[in-house]
Amino acid sequence: MCLGVPGKITQIADNYVATVDVNGNQMDISIRLTPEVQLGEYVLVHAGFAMEIIDAAIAAETISYMEEMGWYDR
Amino acid sequence: MTDEQVYLQKLLTEIKGETSQCALMEVCGTHTMAIARSGVRELVPPQLKLLSGPGCPVCVTAQGDIDAVVEMVKNPALTLLTFGDMMRVPGTNSSLQEERSRGADIRVVYSPLDALAAAGQMPDRQVVFLGIGFETTAPTVGATIQQAKEMGLANFSVLSLHKVVPPALEVIFGDPDIQMDGLICPGHVVAVTGIEPYRQLAEKAHKPMVVTGFETRDILEGIVMLLRQLRRDRAQVEIQYRRVVRPEGNKVAQQTLQDVFETDDCRWRGLGLIPQSGLKIRPKYKDYDARIRFEVPVIEDVPIKGCACGEVLRGLITPRECALFGKGCTPLQPIGPCMVSQEGACAAYYRYTPKKGRL
Repeated sequence: MCLGVPGKITQIADNYVATVDVNGNQMDISIRLTPEVQLGEYVLVHAGFAMEIIDAAIAAETISYMEEMGWYDR
Repeated sequence: MTDEQVYLQKLLTEIKGETSQCALMEVCGTHTMAIARSGVRELVPPQLKLLSGPGCPVCVTAQGDIDAVVEMVKNPALTLLTFGDMMRVPGTNSSLQEERSRGADIRVVYSPLDALAAAGQMPDRQVVFLGIGFETTAPTVGATIQQAKEMGLANFSVLSLHKVVPPALEVIFGDPDIQMDGLICPGHVVAVTGIEPYRQLAEKAHKPMVVTGFETRDILEGIVMLLRQLRRDRAQVEIQYRRVVRPEGNKVAQQTLQDVFETDDCRWRGLGLIPQSGLKIRPKYKDYDARIRFEVPVIEDVPIKGCACGEVLRGLITPRECALFGKGCTPLQPIGPCMVSQEGACAAYYRYTPKKGRL
Protein backbone atom coordinates (compact mmCIF):
# COMPACT_ATOMS: atom_id res chain seq x y z
CA MET A 1 0.00 0.00 0.00
CA CYS A 2 2.81 2.41 0.86
CA LEU A 3 4.55 1.65 -2.40
CA GLY A 4 6.30 4.63 -3.93
CA VAL A 5 8.03 5.00 -7.28
CA PRO A 6 10.62 7.60 -8.25
CA GLY A 7 9.77 10.01 -11.04
CA LYS A 8 11.40 13.08 -12.57
CA ILE A 9 9.44 16.33 -12.70
CA THR A 10 9.25 17.35 -16.36
CA GLN A 11 6.62 20.07 -16.18
CA ILE A 12 4.93 22.15 -13.52
CA ALA A 13 1.49 23.60 -14.29
CA ASP A 14 -0.97 25.61 -12.18
CA ASN A 15 -2.94 24.29 -9.27
CA TYR A 16 -0.21 22.02 -7.91
CA VAL A 17 -0.30 19.81 -10.99
CA ALA A 18 2.99 18.51 -12.36
CA THR A 19 4.03 15.99 -14.98
CA VAL A 20 6.50 13.30 -13.96
CA ASP A 21 8.44 10.82 -15.99
CA VAL A 22 8.31 7.39 -14.40
CA ASN A 23 10.41 4.92 -16.37
CA GLY A 24 9.58 6.71 -19.61
CA ASN A 25 5.87 7.05 -18.86
CA GLN A 26 4.53 10.56 -18.43
CA MET A 27 1.89 11.04 -15.77
CA ASP A 28 0.21 13.96 -14.09
CA ILE A 29 0.49 14.09 -10.33
CA SER A 30 -0.25 16.55 -7.55
CA ILE A 31 2.60 18.42 -5.87
CA ARG A 32 0.37 19.78 -3.13
CA LEU A 33 2.37 17.91 -0.49
CA THR A 34 5.77 19.00 -1.91
CA PRO A 35 5.05 22.53 -3.17
CA GLU A 36 8.73 23.50 -3.14
CA VAL A 37 9.67 20.95 -5.82
CA GLN A 38 11.59 22.26 -8.85
CA LEU A 39 11.64 21.20 -12.48
CA GLY A 40 14.12 18.36 -13.05
CA GLU A 41 14.04 17.10 -9.46
CA TYR A 42 13.13 13.51 -8.62
CA VAL A 43 10.17 12.80 -6.37
CA LEU A 44 8.69 9.76 -4.74
CA VAL A 45 5.25 9.22 -6.27
CA HIS A 46 2.55 7.57 -4.16
CA ALA A 47 -1.17 7.42 -4.98
CA GLY A 48 -0.90 10.25 -7.51
CA PHE A 49 1.01 12.61 -5.22
CA ALA A 50 4.66 13.58 -4.92
CA MET A 51 5.30 12.60 -1.32
CA GLU A 52 8.94 13.54 -0.96
CA ILE A 53 11.77 15.04 -2.99
CA ILE A 54 14.50 12.47 -3.50
CA ASP A 55 17.99 13.58 -2.57
CA ALA A 56 19.76 12.89 -5.85
CA ALA A 57 23.20 13.30 -4.32
CA ILE A 58 22.54 10.55 -1.79
CA ALA A 59 20.77 8.35 -4.33
CA ALA A 60 23.78 8.56 -6.63
CA GLU A 61 26.32 7.83 -3.92
CA THR A 62 28.51 4.96 -4.93
CA ILE A 63 30.10 4.73 -1.53
CA SER A 64 27.35 3.59 0.75
CA TYR A 65 26.56 4.59 4.26
CA MET A 66 27.83 1.26 5.47
CA GLU A 67 31.21 1.80 3.86
CA GLU A 68 31.40 5.18 5.51
CA MET A 69 30.63 3.68 8.88
CA GLY A 70 33.33 1.08 8.44
CA TRP A 71 32.96 -2.66 8.30
CA TYR A 72 32.74 -5.09 11.18
CA ASP A 73 33.13 -2.37 13.75
CA ARG A 74 31.88 -4.42 16.59
CA MET B 1 31.17 -9.85 -9.71
CA THR B 2 30.06 -6.24 -10.01
CA ASP B 3 30.78 -3.78 -7.21
CA GLU B 4 27.13 -4.02 -6.19
CA GLN B 5 27.30 -7.81 -5.91
CA VAL B 6 30.50 -7.61 -3.89
CA TYR B 7 28.84 -5.09 -1.61
CA LEU B 8 25.69 -7.23 -1.11
CA GLN B 9 27.91 -10.21 -0.40
CA LYS B 10 29.72 -8.24 2.29
CA LEU B 11 26.43 -7.32 3.92
CA LEU B 12 25.26 -10.93 3.85
CA THR B 13 28.54 -12.15 5.31
CA GLU B 14 28.12 -9.84 8.27
CA ILE B 15 24.49 -10.96 8.75
CA LYS B 16 25.45 -14.63 8.49
CA GLY B 17 28.08 -14.08 11.18
CA GLU B 18 25.35 -13.28 13.68
CA THR B 19 25.19 -16.09 16.22
CA SER B 20 22.69 -14.88 18.81
CA GLN B 21 18.95 -15.54 18.62
CA CYS B 22 17.02 -12.48 17.54
CA ALA B 23 13.80 -11.46 15.89
CA LEU B 24 13.44 -8.36 13.74
CA MET B 25 10.02 -7.12 12.72
CA GLU B 26 8.90 -5.02 9.78
CA VAL B 27 5.58 -3.22 9.82
CA CYS B 28 5.06 -2.35 6.18
CA GLY B 29 3.41 -4.43 3.50
CA THR B 30 5.92 -3.19 0.96
CA HIS B 31 8.71 -4.53 3.18
CA THR B 32 6.84 -7.84 3.50
CA MET B 33 6.82 -8.13 -0.27
CA ALA B 34 10.38 -6.92 -0.73
CA ILE B 35 11.75 -9.39 1.83
CA ALA B 36 9.79 -12.29 0.36
CA ARG B 37 10.61 -11.46 -3.25
CA SER B 38 14.32 -10.97 -2.67
CA GLY B 39 14.69 -14.25 -0.83
CA VAL B 40 16.37 -12.50 2.11
CA ARG B 41 14.39 -14.58 4.59
CA GLU B 42 16.03 -17.78 3.29
CA LEU B 43 19.47 -16.21 3.18
CA VAL B 44 19.73 -15.13 6.80
CA PRO B 45 20.82 -17.65 9.45
CA PRO B 46 17.99 -19.61 11.12
CA GLN B 47 18.47 -17.96 14.51
CA LEU B 48 17.62 -14.61 12.90
CA LYS B 49 13.86 -14.38 12.50
CA LEU B 50 12.27 -11.82 10.18
CA LEU B 51 8.70 -11.18 11.29
CA SER B 52 5.87 -9.31 9.60
CA GLY B 53 3.88 -7.12 11.96
CA PRO B 54 0.65 -5.19 11.45
CA GLY B 55 1.92 -3.34 8.38
CA CYS B 56 -0.63 -4.17 5.70
CA PRO B 57 -3.50 -1.67 5.97
CA VAL B 58 -5.98 -3.97 4.24
CA CYS B 59 -5.05 -6.84 6.57
CA VAL B 60 -5.44 -4.84 9.79
CA THR B 61 -8.85 -3.46 8.83
CA ALA B 62 -11.35 -4.82 11.34
CA GLN B 63 -13.90 -7.34 10.12
CA GLY B 64 -16.73 -5.11 11.35
CA ASP B 65 -15.41 -2.19 9.27
CA ILE B 66 -15.36 -4.35 6.14
CA ASP B 67 -18.93 -5.46 6.87
CA ALA B 68 -19.92 -1.79 7.30
CA VAL B 69 -18.46 -0.86 3.89
CA VAL B 70 -20.31 -3.80 2.32
CA GLU B 71 -23.54 -2.49 3.89
CA MET B 72 -22.84 1.06 2.69
CA VAL B 73 -22.41 0.11 -0.98
CA LYS B 74 -25.90 -1.39 -1.06
CA ASN B 75 -27.13 2.21 -1.36
CA PRO B 76 -27.97 2.51 -5.09
CA ALA B 77 -27.23 6.25 -5.18
CA LEU B 78 -23.62 5.63 -4.32
CA THR B 79 -20.45 4.97 -6.33
CA LEU B 80 -17.52 3.64 -4.30
CA LEU B 81 -13.95 4.19 -5.42
CA THR B 82 -11.26 2.15 -3.76
CA PHE B 83 -7.71 0.87 -4.02
CA GLY B 84 -7.77 -2.58 -5.62
CA ASP B 85 -6.67 -4.61 -2.63
CA MET B 86 -9.94 -4.01 -0.79
CA MET B 87 -12.10 -5.64 -3.47
CA ARG B 88 -11.62 -9.27 -2.51
CA VAL B 89 -11.31 -8.96 1.25
CA PRO B 90 -14.01 -11.25 2.61
CA GLY B 91 -16.52 -9.71 4.97
CA THR B 92 -18.71 -11.90 7.11
CA ASN B 93 -21.32 -12.47 4.40
CA SER B 94 -19.99 -10.74 1.30
CA SER B 95 -17.11 -8.77 -0.19
CA LEU B 96 -16.95 -5.63 -2.34
CA GLN B 97 -16.29 -7.86 -5.34
CA GLU B 98 -19.45 -9.83 -4.67
CA GLU B 99 -21.45 -6.66 -4.18
CA ARG B 100 -20.17 -5.38 -7.52
CA SER B 101 -21.32 -8.57 -9.20
CA ARG B 102 -24.76 -7.90 -7.66
CA GLY B 103 -24.85 -4.48 -9.29
CA ALA B 104 -23.19 -2.09 -6.85
CA ASP B 105 -21.14 0.61 -8.57
CA ILE B 106 -17.63 -0.01 -7.24
CA ARG B 107 -14.51 1.07 -9.13
CA VAL B 108 -10.82 0.57 -8.53
CA VAL B 109 -8.64 3.67 -8.70
CA TYR B 110 -4.95 4.44 -8.28
CA SER B 111 -5.27 7.81 -6.58
CA PRO B 112 -7.88 9.58 -4.44
CA LEU B 113 -7.69 12.35 -7.05
CA ASP B 114 -9.30 9.90 -9.51
CA ALA B 115 -12.31 9.88 -7.18
CA LEU B 116 -12.42 13.66 -7.24
CA ALA B 117 -12.42 13.62 -11.04
CA ALA B 118 -15.17 10.98 -11.04
CA ALA B 119 -17.31 13.13 -8.74
CA GLY B 120 -16.90 16.03 -11.19
CA GLN B 121 -17.92 13.85 -14.12
CA MET B 122 -20.94 12.31 -12.38
CA PRO B 123 -22.77 15.17 -10.64
CA ASP B 124 -25.87 12.99 -10.17
CA ARG B 125 -24.02 10.29 -8.23
CA GLN B 126 -22.71 10.30 -4.67
CA VAL B 127 -19.03 9.42 -5.03
CA VAL B 128 -17.33 7.93 -1.97
CA PHE B 129 -13.62 7.22 -1.70
CA LEU B 130 -12.64 4.43 0.69
CA GLY B 131 -9.77 5.91 2.66
CA ILE B 132 -7.44 3.18 3.81
CA GLY B 133 -3.76 3.24 4.68
CA PHE B 134 -1.29 4.65 7.17
CA GLU B 135 0.48 8.01 7.39
CA THR B 136 1.84 7.65 3.85
CA THR B 137 -1.56 7.46 2.18
CA ALA B 138 -3.66 9.52 4.60
CA PRO B 139 -2.10 12.89 3.57
CA THR B 140 -3.01 12.21 -0.08
CA VAL B 141 -6.61 11.63 0.99
CA GLY B 142 -6.48 14.67 3.28
CA ALA B 143 -5.19 16.85 0.43
CA THR B 144 -7.98 15.50 -1.78
CA ILE B 145 -10.60 16.46 0.83
CA GLN B 146 -9.08 19.96 1.05
CA GLN B 147 -9.28 20.23 -2.72
CA ALA B 148 -12.91 19.03 -2.77
CA LYS B 149 -13.78 21.75 -0.27
CA GLU B 150 -12.02 24.41 -2.34
CA MET B 151 -13.95 23.24 -5.40
CA GLY B 152 -17.20 23.13 -3.45
CA LEU B 153 -17.89 19.57 -4.65
CA ALA B 154 -21.17 18.49 -3.08
CA ASN B 155 -21.23 14.86 -4.20
CA PHE B 156 -17.81 13.72 -2.90
CA SER B 157 -17.00 12.18 0.46
CA VAL B 158 -14.50 9.86 2.12
CA LEU B 159 -15.00 6.92 4.44
CA SER B 160 -11.86 7.10 6.55
CA LEU B 161 -10.47 3.82 7.83
CA HIS B 162 -7.01 5.38 8.08
CA LYS B 163 -4.73 4.38 10.91
CA VAL B 164 -1.47 5.56 12.44
CA VAL B 165 1.39 3.15 13.12
CA PRO B 166 2.98 4.12 16.49
CA PRO B 167 0.05 3.16 18.78
CA ALA B 168 -0.01 -0.33 17.22
CA LEU B 169 3.72 -0.66 17.84
CA GLU B 170 3.16 0.24 21.46
CA VAL B 171 0.72 -2.68 21.71
CA ILE B 172 3.28 -5.01 20.10
CA PHE B 173 6.08 -3.82 22.38
CA GLY B 174 3.88 -4.21 25.45
CA ASP B 175 2.85 -7.80 24.66
CA PRO B 176 5.06 -10.24 26.60
CA ASP B 177 4.13 -13.06 24.18
CA ILE B 178 5.69 -11.29 21.22
CA GLN B 179 9.41 -11.78 20.87
CA MET B 180 10.83 -8.87 18.96
CA ASP B 181 14.25 -7.32 19.39
CA GLY B 182 14.45 -4.65 16.72
CA LEU B 183 12.24 -2.82 14.28
CA ILE B 184 12.64 -2.27 10.54
CA CYS B 185 10.71 1.03 10.41
CA PRO B 186 8.38 1.70 7.47
CA GLY B 187 10.35 3.99 5.14
CA HIS B 188 7.49 5.81 3.48
CA VAL B 189 5.50 6.27 6.69
CA VAL B 190 8.49 7.88 8.42
CA ALA B 191 9.13 10.01 5.29
CA VAL B 192 5.88 11.74 6.29
CA THR B 193 5.93 11.65 10.10
CA GLY B 194 9.65 12.10 10.72
CA ILE B 195 11.51 10.03 13.29
CA GLU B 196 10.35 11.73 16.50
CA PRO B 197 7.45 9.33 17.31
CA TYR B 198 9.82 6.40 16.76
CA ARG B 199 12.57 7.96 18.88
CA GLN B 200 10.13 8.08 21.78
CA LEU B 201 9.06 4.49 21.20
CA ALA B 202 12.63 3.25 20.90
CA GLU B 203 13.56 4.89 24.15
CA LYS B 204 10.50 3.65 26.02
CA ALA B 205 10.72 0.05 24.82
CA HIS B 206 14.50 0.02 24.55
CA LYS B 207 14.46 -1.41 21.02
CA PRO B 208 16.71 -0.36 18.15
CA MET B 209 14.98 0.90 15.02
CA VAL B 210 16.20 1.53 11.50
CA VAL B 211 14.14 3.40 8.91
CA THR B 212 14.70 1.26 5.86
CA GLY B 213 14.13 1.49 2.12
CA PHE B 214 12.72 -1.18 -0.16
CA GLU B 215 15.49 -2.44 -2.40
CA THR B 216 17.28 -5.66 -1.44
CA ARG B 217 20.36 -3.61 -0.68
CA ASP B 218 18.34 -1.32 1.61
CA ILE B 219 16.92 -4.26 3.53
CA LEU B 220 20.30 -5.92 4.01
CA GLU B 221 21.77 -2.61 5.18
CA GLY B 222 18.85 -2.10 7.56
CA ILE B 223 19.36 -5.57 9.07
CA VAL B 224 23.11 -4.98 9.49
CA MET B 225 22.47 -1.63 11.19
CA LEU B 226 19.97 -3.24 13.59
CA LEU B 227 22.34 -6.09 14.43
CA ARG B 228 25.14 -3.62 15.17
CA GLN B 229 22.88 -1.69 17.54
CA LEU B 230 21.79 -4.90 19.25
CA ARG B 231 25.37 -5.99 19.79
CA ARG B 232 26.04 -2.69 21.54
CA ASP B 233 22.75 -2.74 23.44
CA ARG B 234 21.65 0.50 21.78
CA ALA B 235 18.07 1.62 21.17
CA GLN B 236 18.34 4.45 18.68
CA VAL B 237 16.45 5.38 15.55
CA GLU B 238 18.76 5.42 12.55
CA ILE B 239 17.85 6.24 8.97
CA GLN B 240 19.15 3.88 6.32
CA TYR B 241 16.75 5.27 3.67
CA ARG B 242 18.43 8.68 3.59
CA ARG B 243 17.70 9.41 -0.06
CA VAL B 244 14.02 9.83 0.79
CA VAL B 245 13.59 10.20 4.57
CA ARG B 246 14.52 13.37 6.42
CA PRO B 247 14.54 13.29 10.24
CA GLU B 248 11.81 15.92 10.44
CA GLY B 249 9.61 14.23 7.81
CA ASN B 250 7.36 16.11 5.39
CA LYS B 251 5.96 19.15 7.23
CA VAL B 252 3.35 19.97 4.57
CA ALA B 253 1.99 16.41 4.72
CA GLN B 254 1.96 16.57 8.53
CA GLN B 255 0.00 19.85 8.41
CA THR B 256 -2.46 18.31 5.96
CA LEU B 257 -3.03 15.37 8.32
CA GLN B 258 -3.45 17.76 11.23
CA ASP B 259 -5.87 19.99 9.33
CA VAL B 260 -8.18 17.26 8.01
CA PHE B 261 -7.99 14.44 10.57
CA GLU B 262 -8.05 13.92 14.31
CA THR B 263 -7.05 10.73 16.09
CA ASP B 264 -9.70 8.49 17.53
CA ASP B 265 -9.90 5.04 19.11
CA CYS B 266 -9.84 2.41 16.38
CA ARG B 267 -10.23 -1.35 16.00
CA TRP B 268 -7.45 -3.37 14.36
CA ARG B 269 -7.70 -6.96 13.25
CA GLY B 270 -5.56 -9.02 15.59
CA LEU B 271 -4.80 -6.16 17.95
CA GLY B 272 -8.26 -5.10 19.09
CA LEU B 273 -9.26 -1.57 20.04
CA ILE B 274 -6.20 0.71 20.20
CA PRO B 275 -6.64 4.17 21.74
CA GLN B 276 -6.01 7.12 19.39
CA SER B 277 -4.85 4.90 16.53
CA GLY B 278 -7.43 5.84 13.92
CA LEU B 279 -7.80 8.97 11.79
CA LYS B 280 -11.27 10.47 11.84
CA ILE B 281 -12.30 13.39 9.62
CA ARG B 282 -12.49 16.61 11.66
CA PRO B 283 -15.87 18.36 12.14
CA LYS B 284 -14.75 21.26 9.90
CA TYR B 285 -14.75 18.78 6.99
CA LYS B 286 -17.87 16.92 8.12
CA ASP B 287 -19.61 17.54 4.78
CA TYR B 288 -16.96 15.25 3.26
CA ASP B 289 -17.28 12.51 5.86
CA ALA B 290 -19.13 9.55 4.35
CA ARG B 291 -19.59 8.07 7.83
CA ILE B 292 -21.88 11.00 8.68
CA ARG B 293 -23.42 11.49 5.24
CA PHE B 294 -24.51 7.86 4.84
CA GLU B 295 -24.93 7.03 8.53
CA VAL B 296 -22.51 4.11 8.19
CA PRO B 297 -23.33 1.60 10.92
CA VAL B 298 -20.88 0.36 13.56
CA ILE B 299 -20.77 -3.43 13.19
CA GLU B 300 -19.29 -5.85 15.72
CA ASP B 301 -16.30 -7.91 14.64
CA VAL B 302 -17.17 -11.50 13.82
CA PRO B 303 -13.98 -13.59 13.80
CA ILE B 304 -13.38 -15.75 10.72
CA LYS B 305 -13.48 -19.38 11.80
CA GLY B 306 -10.06 -21.01 11.85
CA CYS B 307 -8.31 -17.95 10.45
CA ALA B 308 -5.12 -17.00 12.29
CA CYS B 309 -4.54 -13.63 10.56
CA GLY B 310 -4.67 -12.00 13.99
CA GLU B 311 -1.75 -14.07 15.27
CA VAL B 312 0.15 -13.57 12.01
CA LEU B 313 -0.29 -9.78 12.25
CA ARG B 314 1.15 -9.75 15.75
CA GLY B 315 4.15 -11.83 14.72
CA LEU B 316 3.09 -14.63 17.08
CA ILE B 317 3.15 -17.20 14.29
CA THR B 318 4.46 -17.23 10.75
CA PRO B 319 1.88 -17.78 7.98
CA ARG B 320 3.04 -21.35 7.49
CA GLU B 321 2.08 -22.15 11.09
CA CYS B 322 -1.61 -21.37 10.37
CA ALA B 323 -3.62 -24.58 9.96
CA LEU B 324 -5.41 -23.16 6.90
CA PHE B 325 -2.28 -21.98 5.05
CA GLY B 326 -2.18 -23.50 1.57
CA LYS B 327 -5.00 -25.90 2.48
CA GLY B 328 -8.29 -24.09 2.93
CA CYS B 329 -6.71 -20.71 2.31
CA THR B 330 -4.84 -19.85 -0.92
CA PRO B 331 -4.52 -16.65 -2.98
CA LEU B 332 -7.21 -17.98 -5.34
CA GLN B 333 -9.61 -18.79 -2.53
CA PRO B 334 -8.46 -16.71 0.41
CA ILE B 335 -10.13 -17.02 3.79
CA GLY B 336 -8.30 -14.27 5.64
CA PRO B 337 -7.15 -10.84 4.44
CA CYS B 338 -3.43 -11.64 4.83
CA MET B 339 -3.86 -14.09 1.93
CA VAL B 340 -5.99 -11.65 -0.11
CA SER B 341 -3.88 -8.58 -0.13
CA GLN B 342 -0.92 -8.67 -2.51
CA GLU B 343 1.25 -7.46 0.32
CA GLY B 344 -0.27 -9.59 3.05
CA ALA B 345 2.23 -11.80 4.89
CA CYS B 346 0.42 -15.01 3.92
CA ALA B 347 0.19 -14.10 0.22
CA ALA B 348 3.88 -13.15 0.19
CA TYR B 349 4.85 -16.44 1.85
CA TYR B 350 2.63 -18.42 -0.51
CA ARG B 351 4.14 -16.85 -3.61
CA TYR B 352 7.78 -16.63 -2.69
CA THR B 353 8.81 -18.94 0.13
CA PRO B 354 9.55 -22.46 -1.04
CA LYS B 355 7.34 -25.00 0.69
CA LYS B 356 10.00 -27.04 2.30
CA GLY B 357 11.89 -24.02 3.52
CA ARG B 358 11.91 -22.67 7.00
CA LEU B 359 8.90 -21.65 9.01
